[in-house]
Amino acid sequence: MDMTVSILLTIATAATPLLIAAIGELVVERSGVLNLGVEGMMVMGAVAGFGAGFLTGSPWIGLIAAIVVGALFSLLFAVMTLSLATNQVATGLSLTLLGLGLSGMLGTGFVGLPGERLPNLYIPLLTDLPVVGRLLFGQDPIFYISIALVFGVSWFLFKTRTGLTLRSIGDSHTSAHALGIQVIKYRYLAVMFGGACAGLAGGHLSLVYTPQWVENMTAGRGWIALALVVFSSWRPLRVLAGAYIFGAVWIGQLHAQAFGIPVPSQFLSSLPYLATIVVLVIISRNKRLTMMNTPASLGQAFVPDR
Amino acid sequence: MGGTVSAQEGTANLLEVRGLTKIFGTLTACDHIDLTIGKGEIHALLGENGAGKSTLVKMLFGSLEPHSGEINWDGQSVRMTSPSVAKKLGIGMVFQHFSLFEALTAAENIALSLDDGAPIGTIAAKARALSYSYGLPLDPDSLVGDLSVGERQRIEIIRCLLQAPQLIILDEPTSVLTPQEADKLFETLERLRAEGKSILYISHRLEEVKRLCDRATVLRHGKVVGHCNPREETASSLARMMVGNEVKSAERTPITLEGAQELLSVCGLSRKPAGPFSTPLKNIWLAVKAGEILGIAGVAGNGQGELFEALSGEVQQTSADSVRIRGKDAGRLDITGRRLLGAAFVPEERLGHGAAPRMKLSENLLLSRYATDGKAFVGSGGMVKNGAVYDAAQRIIKIMDVRKSAPDPEAAALSGGNLQKFIVGRELDRQPTVMVVNQPTWGVDAGASAHIRQALIELARGGSAVLVISQDLDELFEISDAIAVMHNGELSKPIPIAEATFERIGLLMGGAEPGHVDQKLETA
Repeated sequence: MDMTVSILLTIATAATPLLIAAIGELVVERSGVLNLGVEGMMVMGAVAGFGAGFLTGSPWIGLIAAIVVGALFSLLFAVMTLSLATNQVATGLSLTLLGLGLSGMLGTGFVGLPGERLPNLYIPLLTDLPVVGRLLFGQDPIFYISIALVFGVSWFLFKTRTGLTLRSIGDSHTSAHALGIQVIKYRYLAVMFGGACAGLAGGHLSLVYTPQWVENMTAGRGWIALALVVFSSWRPLRVLAGAYIFGAVWIGQLHAQAFGIPVPSQFLSSLPYLATIVVLVIISRNKRLTMMNTPASLGQAFVPDR
Repeated sequence: MGGTVSAQEGTANLLEVRGLTKIFGTLTACDHIDLTIGKGEIHALLGENGAGKSTLVKMLFGSLEPHSGEINWDGQSVRMTSPSVAKKLGIGMVFQHFSLFEALTAAENIALSLDDGAPIGTIAAKARALSYSYGLPLDPDSLVGDLSVGERQRIEIIRCLLQAPQLIILDEPTSVLTPQEADKLFETLERLRAEGKSILYISHRLEEVKRLCDRATVLRHGKVVGHCNPREETASSLARMMVGNEVKSAERTPITLEGAQELLSVCGLSRKPAGPFSTPLKNIWLAVKAGEILGIAGVAGNGQGELFEALSGEVQQTSADSVRIRGKDAGRLDITGRRLLGAAFVPEERLGHGAAPRMKLSENLLLSRYATDGKAFVGSGGMVKNGAVYDAAQRIIKIMDVRKSAPDPEAAALSGGNLQKFIVGRELDRQPTVMVVNQPTWGVDAGASAHIRQALIELARGGSAVLVISQDLDELFEISDAIAVMHNGELSKPIPIAEATFERIGLLMGGAEPGHVDQKLETA
């Protein structure tokens, strides 16, 4: 029993950073902006979180630093693509490259140092319940934030007027502009929300997952988050499903490798990617629904003519 | 400006515009425009494409900022800094290219333009009530992507009316409507006028302006060239004011088609919808004979685009004999294969389908004709003969009177109408045996339209088969020998031009008489 619980716990820990980064990017893309800099923003959040936590001794300050640095780093992208109308793909890729390089440089002094870990929640009695206690009431704080984000974003996008406005901008920025909606302002806010989420996801890596700083420690998770957004057809609950399928197969294949199953390890390592894609493709086979949810103006630069 | 007809006695002007100017780079799109609109009047704004009508109304609605000039609203000087300012003052706009969001419902679309933050349910109920009271029934829960163009326009109008505007601007509202839908719109507009609202009505359809409007302001090349009372003018005197000289309509010599060879035939063509918002084609039969022009009418989005794709080979069919060109099965050939059989195609979308935007005109010529003109453009070993391509492009530019800023500019640098002239000219230059054209004169000014129409007639009378798909009924009546109507993916029997009336075609466009052509098809 304990074994199962600990496996389920590691699945949640593996899925949480993907989920947070993806849900942030989902909001960005719903506004019609494609930010390929998720990996870069995540790794900046990771180094900022670790650094601030290490220097102040408080992982909570580390957490806040990760969020703020992620948002500020995305502001760079926003200024370039929204105010200066540069190409979003190229700018996003540069943001990733810049983030990886910059974080490596800033983090040279942190390599090998023991970090501060965010404590897990402990509620007397509830957390002590068998099985469900530790799963539901004994996780790290970022886990709860990630779940709240999924439902919060879903409610915001589909139940609020501001969410409707954001979706309309993603559908057609020219129509939105013609109605007098401030396209650029909404997109700035969406991009910075995405940056804050990516920063938080990075902070999860260096404050919860493995409380230390290693160069390039995001190891491609930003790219997986980006893929999750597309394969989930821009719907928050599917991102949740996708992130957890990925996490589950990831942990499962690690255990399988440890058991020495006679299957090439390269194949096992590729399983999480395959499984996630297959499942999300199957649930998105309704073409009409996919089309309705795809932001039609995704990735197009918008220059209001005045 | 001289010749001003004073506004109706006793009513103050709602809107006064003085010396409004807008400059884009070196082009003065609007040059010291003066315009007054009285309360409770329908005011027409007339002009050719590129005369500055759209620029002017965008300034009035706050989407564009003028360089100079002033706008007075109800006697107060105002600055339209954004559409929301204009909306607050009481100006509503129905856009020419609808500013709707396809992936959202009608109610959500309406909610987006209202600032009161009321819940969607309330807005849907209000929209439904208002739409029925004006006789423009609307289902607020339907997805815009699923609606016809006429229904989309209803959403725009209802959205505009819900803001309780004093002035409603309509930018070419009838260009996508059936004649019956247009009549319905005129009733609505007359009712709004009776309620004391003012309307600025932009159109190039002179008959409807004469019927509906109290006053007109005519623009040409960004300047006001006159004000008039359209009821006292004739359609041709209005046209002269817009264009600056006489416009000849194309001359169609009658022709007997008995015994003429069928050059293009479509037999039982069906096609599944390509995407969630596209129309399936249902068992289409048609035939075009040598010397004939067959027109296909229909409201946009009833399958004309899908039919064109199937004819041009952009989408290939599963059965080879569903499309036959010069008696040969062409259903499974690609575009080049069909071109080699002697066919030529002019798609609706100029930039992207008709021409590659960032390539020069000569390069665009090569793209559509590299295979068909023997070794005229591509020599042995696949080397492009740049000189020959350039000369051919210059010849077409000269014949079609394409106005441009450089000897061989990029396609995107041309205005829409001029690019269209080039694209049509490029295909005509080949003297194709079969010509399929989708919206030949969309966005082209009157003089050039007449030129293109005349060229199509001459091509047909020279022994080619011409199929013209168009939303412009006047155009089809001017050039076609027979007109068939597409509705909801089905094609009616062709009606010989002598028997065709606007009313009959209009009813078919509205789907009143569904039913497709039988197997025993006989062209008139």
